Amino acid sequence: MGRRIAMWVLALMLPLQLAADEANVQGFDSLQEEQRYRELISELRCPKCQNQNIADSNAPISRDMRDAVYRMMQDGASDDDIVGALVDRFGEFVRYNPELDRRTVLLWATPAIAVGTGLLVVAGIVIRSRRRGEQSAELTAEERSRVDQLLADEDRDPRS
Amino acid sequence: MKRMFLFIPLILVVVLGVVLFAGIGKDPNRLDSALVGKSVPAFSLSELGNAEAQLDAAVFEGEVSLLNVWGTWCPACRDEHDDLLRLAEDKGVRIIGLNYKDNRDDALTWLTRLGNPYEVTIYDPRGTLGFDLGVYGAPETYVIDADGIVRYRHVGVVNEKVWKQDLEPIMKRYREGA
Repeated sequence: MGRRIAMWVLALMLPLQLAADEANVQGFDSLQEEQRYRELISELRCPKCQNQNIADSNAPISRDMRDAVYRMMQDGASDDDIVGALVDRFGEFVRYNPELDRRTVLLWATPAIAVGTGLLVVAGIVIRSRRRGEQSAELTAEERSRVDQLLADEDRDPRS
Repeated sequence: MKRMFLFIPLILVVVLGVVLFAGIGKDPNRLDSALVGKSVPAFSLSELGNAEAQLDAAVFEGEVSLLNVWGTWCPACRDEHDDLLRLAEDKGVRIIGLNYKDNRDDALTWLTRLGNPYEVTIYDPRGTLGFDLGVYGAPETYVIDADGIVRYRHVGVVNEKVWKQDLEPIMKRYREGA
């Protein structure tokens, strides 16, 4: 019985082993290197299928780009060298994480601008309502006498 | 003063409308080549018709040319083939072919059967020059000036409209500049 269960467990684990083999076809010296490769290919964008990174894409060009990343890593290139080499060929477009420069400054600054504008609007509304609250809290002598008069009139209303 | 605030939604809508309108009709797949203004990358590959003959970037020097990236596996390349023949034969345009990730025999059969618009064809079976050029899908057509500098890239089929609107004016400009 125990042996049977062990067989089943092994059989269930077989697909996992196959998946691991497929992921390792490129072969890395260390886990860190493989991790670095995965990070690089996940932040590079496929020029053909524009909403995928080259890790997810099956396009031939993505395979070529992955191979190039791998080859450059084996040659000891730094991350910047690798990304730079691909940007030189395919343009800034391939970076999901574009450099901060004159062209992209608006792209990077937009979230901050949106949050800042929102805070200003909220602050404006709060200040306004608070100021109005202060003004209406105290009645002038004239208003007070008018209120008294209105209330007195109501008491005298024949219909009530 | 308060009235002015009532116009804020209108202003926002108008701004949004202008931004979105500017995007209408723009092809998001169109990417300018990263190589525009730079030399054609160095390469040493054999000629398609003659495995012994080596070609390098000097092939572009002396005359403004089109560099057309094609392969027999690419249906759109078949579409543009007749247009390329017309450009080469009727308009006398110098077209250099880049046979990309293809097989020499298939490519030669294709040229014999359909006609050959290329003055010379570079044979790049592994796509190395294609990769250095940033080719991401055939067909692609580059304008290369007489000094071997990339001036323009068109991704997709070359037809009469593309020729008239894009390629011809650019070729003309660099021909006159030379």
